[in-house]
Amino acid sequence: MIKHTDKISGWGRYPSMQATILSPRNTAELSNHFKNTAAESFQGISRGLGRSYGDSSLAKNVIQTRHLDNFISFDDKDGVLCCNAGISLGTILDNFATRGWFLPVVPGTRFVTVGGAIASDVHGKNHHLDGCFSRHIVSLRLLLASGDVINCSESENSDIYHATCGGMGLTGVVTDATLQLRRISSAFVNQQSIKTHNLQECFDQIEAHNSAHYSVAWLDCMAQGEELGRALLFLGEHCPDAGRDERSKGGNTALNVPFTTPAMLLNRYSMRLFNRLYYKAAGQPGSSSRIHYKKYFFPLDSISNWNRLYGSRGFVQYQFVLPPETAYQGIHEVLSRITAAGKGSFLSVLKKFGETNANLLSFPTAGYTLTLDFKYEADLLPLLAHLDAIVLQYGGRLYLAKDARMSETVFKNSYPRWQEFATVREKIGATGVFTSLQSQRLGI
Amino acid sequence: MQTILIIGANSAIAKALARIYAERQDRIYLLARNETALQEQKKDLEVRGAGSVDFALLDVNDFELHQQAIAQAVQTLGKIDLVLICHGSLPDQTRAEHDFEQIQHEFNTNALSVISLLTILSEQMIKQEHGCLAVITSVAGDRGRQSNYIYGSAKSAVSHYLAGLRGALHPHHVHVIDIKPGFVDTPMTQNIKKGFLWAQPEAVAQSIVKGISAGRNTIYVPGFWRYIMLIIGSIPEALFKRLKL
Repeated sequence: MIKHTDKISGWGRYPSMQATILSPRNTAELSNHFKNTAAESFQGISRGLGRSYGDSSLAKNVIQTRHLDNFISFDDKDGVLCCNAGISLGTILDNFATRGWFLPVVPGTRFVTVGGAIASDVHGKNHHLDGCFSRHIVSLRLLLASGDVINCSESENSDIYHATCGGMGLTGVVTDATLQLRRISSAFVNQQSIKTHNLQECFDQIEAHNSAHYSVAWLDCMAQGEELGRALLFLGEHCPDAGRDERSKGGNTALNVPFTTPAMLLNRYSMRLFNRLYYKAAGQPGSSSRIHYKKYFFPLDSISNWNRLYGSRGFVQYQFVLPPETAYQGIHEVLSRITAAGKGSFLSVLKKFGETNANLLSFPTAGYTLTLDFKYEADLLPLLAHLDAIVLQYGGRLYLAKDARMSETVFKNSYPRWQEFATVREKIGATGVFTSLQSQRLGI
Repeated sequence: MQTILIIGANSAIAKALARIYAERQDRIYLLARNETALQEQKKDLEVRGAGSVDFALLDVNDFELHQQAIAQAVQTLGKIDLVLICHGSLPDQTRAEHDFEQIQHEFNTNALSVISLLTILSEQMIKQEHGCLAVITSVAGDRGRQSNYIYGSAKSAVSHYLAGLRGALHPHHVHVIDIKPGFVDTPMTQNIKKGFLWAQPEAVAQSIVKGISAGRNTIYVPGFWRYIMLIIGSIPEALFKRLKL
């Protein structure tokens, strides 16, 4: 098996570490590695494209799954796709969107592997209607610590299935998945934007447009006073008709940040200016435009390595969810706390979630989720600890795929099913074998 | 819709090339050593849209099987529009340079097997009065360097052969392309430390497909290697032999 060492980090580039990276060329090679090596000797985690923000895919030993990237089969009558888990969602869309098939749930970037999408049980702009990525999985195959590969689904090994979806790679390595794609008639999306002037109006508009297929609000997190929480709400629907430009694959990344920029470029002044300009630049109220799916779903993907803009110390993403009865108050308090501290985020995103699912560690619960980016600075961690307290107080939790620093106490208080998760892992021999910096920090 | 024969189909660059052509719905025939990998590759290419995918097992060092392997490919595809020869092996220079048996093996794999296949394929192409033969050699063949001259000289032999073949086949409307990659991150180079000059197989494959469509004679990939090798080539030998390149 190909082995080399390298420095790795999450997308936030904080933290980072030296790791030994194993790159299996196929599932058989990986399975044999576990069968031939004593179980206690492998301690590490699988890693796809490294888009989780914190330390979810960081460990002394890492299994690189990117080369396990074959398609296996596709039924073009019912849209069922079977593939290796190392394939990216972007590759799936590149091959199928122009053929009239789409992934029912996509996260904010297409550079995520199927395995990664399952490990984080990712959600998209349509969670309020279509749930998480796992809702649209027919079944998956999981490599266990023993080297055996088993089938998992709602009806087969379902306890292991519910632990694996959202399980951050801690049950084993997902080798293949069978996905249900959804028919679309166009690669384009009709986007409508609505300007709101404060947080309450933003919440009201989200509720008023609950039947929109895709719905997400970009918040100006630096606005204060009466304008706190003013936002641009973006709604979307797949275009019902194919246009003349349907063959268009949408192009690839246009810009690149070739090196890390000085962190001081991103400060409270530049952020306030950016937020103000972005809010002002939004088109006419109620305006609508026809956008290629790549631009609509993955706007940041068009800037390669945008994470370098946050400087060499990196950044931390903070995403939490609060239940409907406390969401407005809790988010209002969080935004006030951040502006009081003079910290800001370029990309503050507010979204309404639909129902909680049956997966043990899956992040989305009914309510509202807010996502914030913070440049990594000396006084950031205490601020985030204060925000943790607010989130806990209002009955919420943080997203493991974004987390780089949450404490074990905060985690166990907000994810009550962690013990069931630990029990399943123990049952399949995953404890002590599949482990990451994050799992060690969270005590699972 | 083209018919394409890929020799050394399991190699990283070949896999990436096959995928691009599959998405164009071309008909593809694969030759390689690993049956399981070929079966998986076939399914992958079919999902991506290939017009058809067939394969056969071939170890290129079984010279006596070359004729039959090519004949079978021609029979399956009818005619061959494009041949991609992608197999190769990278020896440990320090271990190989004093071991002629190993050098002979490397020359078989990297040079003689390629020439044997091209000899047979040329006949087919002449019969067709049409076609394209594209072979992956290497920038290492451009100048003998002390750090890599076993590999380099074998590749250089192929490049020289291709140049001659190009002229010989030109009257028959058959095109001959020499593809020269620089540093590519693949299983073949797994033991070499990577740096900023290194390219990924997918990007290399995109450039190769573009170069083949454009009808180039020699494709350096990425393109900047043409200029790097010009500079390397211009260093006077009196100086070059003292460098540890």
